[in-house]
Amino acid sequence: MSDPIILFDKVKKAYGNFTVINELDFEVRRGEKVTIIGPSGSGKSTVLRILMTLEGINAGAVYVGGEPLWHERRNSSLVPASEKHLRKMRTQLGMVFQQFNLFPHMTVLRNLTEAPRVVLGLSKAEARHRAEELLELVGLVDQAHKFPGQLSGGQQQRVGIARALAMRPKIMLFDEPTSALDPELVGEVLNVIRKLAAEHDLTMLMVTHEMRFAREISDRVCFFDKGRIREEGPPDQLFGQPREERTRDFLRAVG
Amino acid sequence: MLYGFTWDTSNGELAFALSILPILLTGLLTTLKAAFLGFFVACVLGLLFAVLRGMPSKLVAWSTAVLIEFIRDTPLIVQLFFLYYVLPEYGIVFPAFLTGALALGIQYSAYISEVYRAGIQAVDHGQREAAKSLDLPPSRTFTHVILPQAIPRVIPAMGNYLVSITKDVPVLSVVTIVEMLNAAKIIGDQTFNYLVPLSMVGGIYLILTIFASALVRLADVNLPKKGIPLR
Amino acid sequence: MHWSGYLEPLAHGAWVTIQFTLYSILFGGICSFAFGIGKLSKNWFISGLSIIYIEIFRGTSLLVQLFWLFFALPIAGDMIGIDLRLSPTVAGVLALSFNLGAYGAEIVRGAIQAVSPAQYEAAKALNFSSSQALWRVALPQAIPEMMPSFSNLAIAALKDTSLVSLITLTDLTFAAEQLRNFYQDSTTVYTMVLLMYFGMALVVSAIMRAVEVSVTRWRGHRR
Repeated sequence: MSDPIILFDKVKKAYGNFTVINELDFEVRRGEKVTIIGPSGSGKSTVLRILMTLEGINAGAVYVGGEPLWHERRNSSLVPASEKHLRKMRTQLGMVFQQFNLFPHMTVLRNLTEAPRVVLGLSKAEARHRAEELLELVGLVDQAHKFPGQLSGGQQQRVGIARALAMRPKIMLFDEPTSALDPELVGEVLNVIRKLAAEHDLTMLMVTHEMRFAREISDRVCFFDKGRIREEGPPDQLFGQPREERTRDFLRAVG
Repeated sequence: MLYGFTWDTSNGELAFALSILPILLTGLLTTLKAAFLGFFVACVLGLLFAVLRGMPSKLVAWSTAVLIEFIRDTPLIVQLFFLYYVLPEYGIVFPAFLTGALALGIQYSAYISEVYRAGIQAVDHGQREAAKSLDLPPSRTFTHVILPQAIPRVIPAMGNYLVSITKDVPVLSVVTIVEMLNAAKIIGDQTFNYLVPLSMVGGIYLILTIFASALVRLADVNLPKKGIPLR
Repeated sequence: MHWSGYLEPLAHGAWVTIQFTLYSILFGGICSFAFGIGKLSKNWFISGLSIIYIEIFRGTSLLVQLFWLFFALPIAGDMIGIDLRLSPTVAGVLALSFNLGAYGAEIVRGAIQAVSPAQYEAAKALNFSSSQALWRVALPQAIPEMMPSFSNLAIAALKDTSLVSLITLTDLTFAAEQLRNFYQDSTTVYTMVLLMYFGMALVVSAIMRAVEVSVTRWRGHRR
C-alpha cells in the first residue's frame, strides 16, 4: 500500500490575483490520519475543498486513489474533467462542514437516507438500516425524527458526520468541524471523530484549531502557511519540537 | 382615420406599420398622461391613507386598513365602471379621462400607502430617538430627519408602480378613453389587420418598460442611500 | 329590481370568474416554475428563452397580451397557413397564465437563488447531481420563501380575470355590465360585484395562508 491515496502535484489555486495555494506538493497514505493546522488564509480549507471538488485548480494535478481528480484520461492525454468523471471520483470522498450544512427541511433520518437512496440507489429499507447503524455510532438514535432546527450544534454536527459516512467514502474530510460550536458542545463531536479514527481504517484529513485533539489522534500533522506546507511530521515532533520558526510562532500564539 | 392621420394599407406591411406609428404614438401620449395623473392621485391618496393608518385612534386605523384591503382586492375595471356609472347617479360628472385617472389613482393608492409605511418604518428607530433627545418638534423630525432618509428607499418601489400603472392604462379603454391600445384596436377593427397594430403596441410597451426600469434603477443607484443631503 | 334578483346572474358570473382564476393559477404556476428554473439553467437556449418570455409578459400590458392572442394571433396564423384562431376561453386562459407565470417566474428564481450556497455544497459533497440538488435540496427550501409573494399573485390572478369580460367571456364583470345595461341600476349592481370580488379575495387569501402554513412546517421548528 505504498501509493498515496491523495496526491497533490505542484497544485496552484488562485482567486483572481490572490494565490491561495502555490506549487503545493502534498500526499496522504491510505488509512492515514492527517491534520492540517495553520493561520487563517493559509489555504488549509482550500485543500479540502479542492479534494471535494467544490473548487477547481489553476495548475498542477490532484490524484485520488491513483486517478487524476480534476482531469481525466482521454485517449492517453489529460483533459479537464467532465461532470461524469467528477461524480465518479466523488464517491471516494466525504466531507464534514464547519457550519454542518444539514438539510433543514428533512428530518435527521431523511438527511442520512436521502443521498444513499437517490445517489447510490439503496432501497428504503437498506438506507434506513444503514442510517440507524450510524445514528448509534454517533449516539443520536432517539433524534431520528427531529428536524435540524430542533437540535443543538453538537448534535447537528454529529448528524453531519453520520450523513457523510452514510455514503461509505474511503476518505473523510473534516473542515474545522468544531469551530462553529459552543465550547461545551465540542467534546461530543471530538468523541465521535476519535471513535472513527480508532475503529475504522478510514483515511482522514482534518483541518482544525483543536491542537490537543490533533496531537492525540493524528499520524501526521502539517503546518500550512501562505499556501505551502511549512513543516510536517508526527504530532509529538511537530508540537513538541517544531523545527521552523514560523511553526513555533504559530503554536505559541494559539497557546 | 384617427387623430387626423390616415393609414396606408396598400403598400404592404411595413408601409402600414409606419403609417400608423404616429397614431399609436399619439395614443401613447394619452397613455402617459393618464398614467402620470393616476400616479399623482395615488401618491396623494396613498399618503392620506398612510397617515390615517398611523393614527392613534384604533377605529380610524382599522377602518382605513379595511378600506385599503378592499381597494387592493377588487379589480381595477370594476372600480372604474363603478366610478363611471355610479357617480353620475349622484350628480358627480367627470370627463371620462379624469374618471379613468381617478380609478387608477384609487387602485394604486392602496399599494403606495404601504410603500410609504414601509419606507418610513425602515428609517432607523434610533433616528427618531436622537431627534427626540435633541428636542426637535415632531413635524420637523418628520420633514427633516425621517423623510429625507425614507425617500431614497421608496424610489424603486414607486418607480415600479409607475411602470405598473402605465401597463394598466389600457383598461381605461372600456370607458371610451382612446389610449394606445384602444387606438390599435380601432385601427384593427377598420382594417381587419390586428396583427400589425397590436404587435406594435406590444413592442412600444416593451421598449417603454425596459427604458423606465433602467431609469428607476439609475435613480436608485444615484440617490444617496443615507438620505437626501440637507445643507 | 330588488338586489336579490341580481344574485343569480351574478353568481353564474362569479363561477366563471372562479374557474378562470383556478385555471390561470394552475397553468401560471407551471409556467412560473418552468421559466423560473429555466432562467437559471446553464443551457443558454433555455435561459435565453426564459428571459425573453419573462420580459415580454412582464413588460407588456395584460390587456395587450389578451387582445393580441385573441385578435392578432389568427392573422399571424393566416400568414403562415396555420389556423391559430383561439376560442375566447383558450385565449383568456393563455393570456392570464402567461402573464401570471412571468411574474411568478421571477419569484421562483429569486427564491431559489436565496437558498444558501452551502446547501449546494453539502449536496455536491454527497454526490447529488445538479438536478437532484435542485429538486430535493434547493426547491423545498425555496418554496416557503415564495409563499408571501405567491399569495399576492393569487389575488392578482383573481382580479386579472375581470379583463376576460372584454373578449366576450361571461365572468362576473361581464354579468355586471349586462345587468347594468338592462336595469340601469349601477349602484346596486356594482356595489354587489365589488363585495363579491372582495369576498372571493378573502377566501383566496385564507387558502393561501393555509398552504403557506403547511409548506413552512419544517421551519417552525426553532430552538
